[in-house]
Amino acid sequence: MRVVIAEDLFLLRDGLTRMLQAHGLEISAAVDNGADLLAAVTADRPDVAIVDVRLPPTFTDEGIRAALAARKTVPGLPVLVLSQYVEQLYARELLAGGTGGIGYLLKDRVFDSAQFVDAVRRVAAGGTAMDPEVIARLLARNSGDGSLAALSPREREVLALMAEGRSNAAIAQRLVITERAVAKHTASIFGKLNLQPSDDDNRRVLAVLAYLGG
Amino acid sequence: MSTGQTPDHPGNRDTSEASIAWPEVWAWAGGRLAVAGRGLLLFGLALAGLIQLALLAGALVGVPVLTVRVATTGHHVGALVFGACGLVCWLVVSPLVLRWMRSLARLTRRVISQWTQVPIADPYLPRPWATGGSKGPRRRLAWLLTDPATWRDLLWVTVNGLVGWILALLPAGLLFLGLFGIVAPYASVFQRFLAIGVAAVGTWMSPNLLRGYGYFARSMLAPTKEAELTLRVQQLSQTRTEAMDTGAAEIRRIERDLHDGAQARLVAMGMTLDAAGQIIDTNPDAARALLYEARDSSVKALAELRDLVRGIHPPVLADRGVADAIRALSLDTPLRIHLASDLHGRPPAPIESAAYFAVSELLANVTKHAEARQTWIDLRYTDGMLRIGVTDNGHGGADPARGTGLRGIERRLAPFDGVLAVSSPPGGPTAVTMEIPCELSLPKTSSC
Repeated sequence: MRVVIAEDLFLLRDGLTRMLQAHGLEISAAVDNGADLLAAVTADRPDVAIVDVRLPPTFTDEGIRAALAARKTVPGLPVLVLSQYVEQLYARELLAGGTGGIGYLLKDRVFDSAQFVDAVRRVAAGGTAMDPEVIARLLARNSGDGSLAALSPREREVLALMAEGRSNAAIAQRLVITERAVAKHTASIFGKLNLQPSDDDNRRVLAVLAYLGG
Repeated sequence: MSTGQTPDHPGNRDTSEASIAWPEVWAWAGGRLAVAGRGLLLFGLALAGLIQLALLAGALVGVPVLTVRVATTGHHVGALVFGACGLVCWLVVSPLVLRWMRSLARLTRRVISQWTQVPIADPYLPRPWATGGSKGPRRRLAWLLTDPATWRDLLWVTVNGLVGWILALLPAGLLFLGLFGIVAPYASVFQRFLAIGVAAVGTWMSPNLLRGYGYFARSMLAPTKEAELTLRVQQLSQTRTEAMDTGAAEIRRIERDLHDGAQARLVAMGMTLDAAGQIIDTNPDAARALLYEARDSSVKALAELRDLVRGIHPPVLADRGVADAIRALSLDTPLRIHLASDLHGRPPAPIESAAYFAVSELLANVTKHAEARQTWIDLRYTDGMLRIGVTDNGHGGADPARGTGLRGIERRLAPFDGVLAVSSPPGGPTAVTMEIPCELSLPKTSSC
């Protein structure tokens, strides 16, 4: 799997490169600004681009804009955005296309390399990886919602993991339950939230996020 | 406006086109009568001023003169009594009259501002004891006597009492002249017509006459340039002190948060890593557990730093400006928020920050107290002012005088000459409007 990295801090860029290489991923380019990112994705056509939010020259939300621009140039390009902080506003903008292949994670998540590489692979495969903090804040904001209040604590855990973009297998492993139990929970959640059930993991995630975001 | 005058009202169609619109005539006549009445009341205020002037003159000059005359006649006891009276008059009565005069001038300014649409600001220096210190009679007397506005009030009362009142009395006087022209028993037709004509023109012009009186009053009662500057300097030094205090308190809070939070965690991490290093050969499993513990500590330290940064300067505010920062904020609160933003450019960074935290505090207030279902935020820039309206459909009853939150927001806006207005009747809704004068800079990344 070929990866392009855009990160302006040398230490982090280098660390990410090593870590991904250690997990058998190929780094086709590691750049330090948005313009180079665009050039790299057009030239290399990687499987996924990992982009830091703050990039030169303005050090504001350059990365978000570069990521969205890259997806315009290379339609469907999976992009994983990394940031020191997560904002629902940016999560919404990234998800607005509604096509998947989007990740938005705190930089801290790279501390757990196995989980992080899993997220990279998920995004590269067209899936979604939303940071648990984004999901936690979405859920907190919707705490007044009657349908959400009707969920059992276990169902809420499953919902949160599902919204992060995890598959049933991953949820089962995380909660130490069987996959069948997870399937039962998700069916119940979709029933209570009045959402159309779907076997497609990605469409399922987007439906849940749309529900929480709207 | 009464509903009878709306063009599509069915009642209007029935009346013939030529008939006089009586409701309008009555409204007009009522308005002129009110002007005349107001003029009379202003005349009354001028009279009250004359009485004060007479009292002051009596206290300052009359009693001492009497004392001297009694003393020259040889009545020593009488002179002593009069002298004591004179002392009391000088020290007690005249300051009281001056105080009373100030109240009268304040009242005059208020009613003229309201009745003639000629706004007149109060020129007085703020009470020195409002910012601490004693409230003793000597301090009060010094405050009264050293304020030039006191002496300008005295001048106003004199001029107004001698000639100004004529202008105030004109609307009522001309009306009276007209009436007199009609009912006077011995008057020629020419005289009657002249009187009625003059009265009619005068009545027609009476609002302008009263406004003229307003301008006259403003020329004497409004703060002089010097007084305005003095007030401004005092206000600036007060807001500067407050801003510095707030800044210092903020830095102390950040220092404390760093000390107790991230710094402490880094120390703990260092110790854990050291412990892991000590046992890594003898007990690799325990060492691994310690390493994971250190990793978790670093995650927590990062989370604390993030929260801290959010409290100092939220990332979206830095990235995109106040409108998107408020949008991001509204995505994080459980309230249903409708945001309407019409900002084509960005205010200076300190103002953006103040506006953001003001809105953030208001939303926290709404969440905590108002039991509101919905909140509307309106951001716009007009006439050199950044205007932010925050309205909720909660139960109202917010009072800036009691709520420390609203007071805090006022303090936050004050260094920028920003103001806060609250309308919150019991039962709601609560509408808070903030205005901050500023310039907008063009957006960095312009799409047009």
